[in-house]
This record gives sequence, C-alpha cells and structure tokens, in this order.
Amino acid sequence: MSKFRTPISKVRGFGSAKSGAVHWWHQKMTAIANLFLVLWFAFSIMSLGGADYATFIWWVRDPLVTVLLVLMIASLFYHFRLGLQVVIEDYVHNEGTKAVSLIALNLVTAGLALLGILSVLKVSFGG
Amino acid sequence: MASTHRPLSPHLQIWRWGLHMGLSISHRVTGSGNAVGALILVWGFCALATGPEAFAFFMDVMTSLLGRIVLFGVTLSVMLHLCTGVRHLIMDSGRGLDIETNRKLGYAAIIVAIVLTLGLWGGTYWFAGAL
Repeated sequence: MSKFRTPISKVRGFGSAKSGAVHWWHQKMTAIANLFLVLWFAFSIMSLGGADYATFIWWVRDPLVTVLLVLMIASLFYHFRLGLQVVIEDYVHNEGTKAVSLIALNLVTAGLALLGILSVLKVSFGG
Repeated sequence: MASTHRPLSPHLQIWRWGLHMGLSISHRVTGSGNAVGALILVWGFCALATGPEAFAFFMDVMTSLLGRIVLFGVTLSVMLHLCTGVRHLIMDSGRGLDIETNRKLGYAAIIVAIVLTLGLWGGTYWFAGAL
C-alpha cells in the first residue's frame, strides 16, 4: 500500500518547514529592540545615581517610562528565552534532560517577565 | 553508532585562539551571563513595588562591595553582548565579512563596550555626587 503513496503524502503531517527562520528572525527583532531599550535604561539608571526610593517611584510613574520599561522587560526575556534555548539545545545531549530544561526555561522566563512587568505596573498605577 | 573509529573534525583544542572565535564564544558566554542581570532587574522592580524597606534592602545589597563587583560584571557583560550583537547584526546584513573589516569591527566592539561600561559607572558616581 505504501508504494502507491506520493512523496508529498509521505511528508504531509510531519510539519511545514515554513517556520524555519522564525527563531532567528525573532532573536534579531528583539536584539534591535533591546539595543535601544537597554541603552536607554542604562543611561536612565546612571542619571538616577544616588536617587532615593521616592525618586525611583516618580521616575517609573512617568507614562513613557512605564511603557518603555514594560517593552524592555518583554523583549529582554523573550530574547533571553530564545538565546538560552539554543545553548541548551547545543550542550544538553540527553533528550529527557533537554526537554525538562527547555520546559523550565520557558516557564521561568515567562514567570520572571510577568513578575517584572506587574511590578512596574503596580508602581505606575499605585496611589 | 556504526563505527567508533570515524575521523573526527578538529575541535577547539586544535585551533589557535583568534579574535573572531573569541568574540563568538564571548557572545554566548555574556549572553548566558546576562541572565544574572535579568534576575537583578526583576528583583529591583519587585522591591520597588513591595515598598521602601524592601527597596532599601535591595539597594544595600547592590551598593555593598560584592554587589558593586557583580553589578560591574553585569554592566560589562551586557555592554559586550550588546556591542558584539551589533557586530552580528552588521554581519547578518552581509556586510563586514572580509577578514580585515571583521577584525576591525571586533576590536571596535570590545573598545566601545569598555568605554560604555566605564562611562556608565563614572556617570553614576558623578550623578550621585561621589566624583
């Protein structure tokens, strides 16, 4: 029966190759976003040298700062996930350990990103 | 595994260390190391959202000697990764792939990263009134 099957029917169901460059593309998009956002953040923190708690709160509450911080944390942790994913795939050779590591990476980066974003929003919206 | 005596391709210990391989490896090492910075970032915002005491504790840890050493390492790691990352973006566009331009881009990445790191630290101390 199988010899009547066409090559395309054998390949169907094994997934499309159309997403082959998506990981690379997302890594580059977040890299460009991080380039600007991290430099902005680094120089902002520099200009806040010696600032107290109230000043930091005042800074985060600026709507533009809030938006840029949320964007930075989202882009940063997505880039973190994509990069560490490749490191795990390259160096963890045991399939079980690799699967567990990749699942843990996804959960940890998603959780940390959410924690950071919610903290920024809480400060921003807080009375 | 059919045969265990197949010829192996030369690995790290065979090659003479060079700028290009060093930067490639350092890009991966600094990228992984930046995870430490990401954790500190989230801790900082968590502390800020929690309240003045939590934030004071965070600042105490970060301004301690060990905290400053870790933060300096994180700054250098982030700036190196950022600069070697820009070099990768340039290479992705198909530019700077000949050996001489690539070498210059590599040295430029290292120099800019060090200047940015020292500038950011000097600037922070200056804004804090310590310089």
